[in-house]
Amino acid sequence: MKRRWYGAAAAVLALAFGGGLTAQTQEETQRGIEAYRQALQQGNPAELFEAQGEELWKKPMGPRNGTLEQCDLGVGPGKVAGAYARLPRYFADTDKVQDLESRLLTCMERYWGIDVQPVIDAAYTAPAKREIIALTTYVSGESKDVVVDVRPTHPKERAAFELGKRMFFFQGGSHDFSCATCHSEDGKRIRLQDLPNITERKGSALGWGSWPAYRVSAGQMWTMQWRIQDCFRQMRFPEPIYTSEATIALSVYMAATASGETMRTPGIKR
Amino acid sequence: MTSPMRIRANVRDGVVDVRVLMAHEMETGQRVENGRPVPAWFINEVVATHNGKTVMTAQWGPAVSKNPYLQFRFRGGAAGEKIAIKWTDNRGESRTDEATIA
Repeated sequence: MKRRWYGAAAAVLALAFGGGLTAQTQEETQRGIEAYRQALQQGNPAELFEAQGEELWKKPMGPRNGTLEQCDLGVGPGKVAGAYARLPRYFADTDKVQDLESRLLTCMERYWGIDVQPVIDAAYTAPAKREIIALTTYVSGESKDVVVDVRPTHPKERAAFELGKRMFFFQGGSHDFSCATCHSEDGKRIRLQDLPNITERKGSALGWGSWPAYRVSAGQMWTMQWRIQDCFRQMRFPEPIYTSEATIALSVYMAATASGETMRTPGIKR
Repeated sequence: MTSPMRIRANVRDGVVDVRVLMAHEMETGQRVENGRPVPAWFINEVVATHNGKTVMTAQWGPAVSKNPYLQFRFRGGAAGEKIAIKWTDNRGESRTDEATIA
């Protein structure tokens, strides 16, 4: 009863002094969101995916019955620790700039001997994507607390960065949106989700450094490719192909902007 | 096929803090996919055992989330001892995993 009365009083006061109190309420909401997030951090089910991914990394698979233990993620064959913090990067053997997911596809093709096209074509929720999602989560976990170090130097890396930047600011589609519409200002959010300002270092790290992430409401493990694909959907852009040039370029732009900050992967989201 | 649980158990002042992550779909039975209801499939019992003695049992229903996280505390454990967690679901399937108290 008492609490209800306070609530009514607060509402009246809020009407009377509009601005100031609204700011305070917003702060309270923000604190509530923070508390909820901290509670979630306790048991991140992404760990279950990391465990699956680690098993898959070591298990002989596919027609070649090979393992990914020889897979070079850019820091040497079979080396996983810290690899994700240095991706995307240029790989001489494929003559391409690759992010973690496209590099894993290369390795699955090479060492497992599987056709990766069905993996590319499959929906994110389809069984064909399960392995790569688990592997991505595992590798990302091995870069937790590692400083992001993506500095485009190779001409193809530089080109990818410029393309990614253009992609980020490219405005279009039926809703006349760009990535920058939501991600170029501080303090924006959609419901409970903060929208990081990707145009600067700290903000970009909040985004780039927290994917792949487990999404509690859906019970799904989302990779950065999935995150980007869904941003495209929300902007009403054509759906990007899995590990396509545009998505990797965007990742180069985000990772390079976040360089110097720390990876907090795998993350957890509402 | 079931996936392993992630179990962490830490003792402090004679109280063991146990944190468990379980991999399970936890289907409520309320969901419809392609026009057909998805049958309920959820963990309905969790039992924690320490030195052959049950230290906690929980009866769960479909309201518990997918890939559930469980935390509980009990007295009387020591570092180096084992804690075992067993879940059973409504299909009768079960899984037991163990962890060493640290």
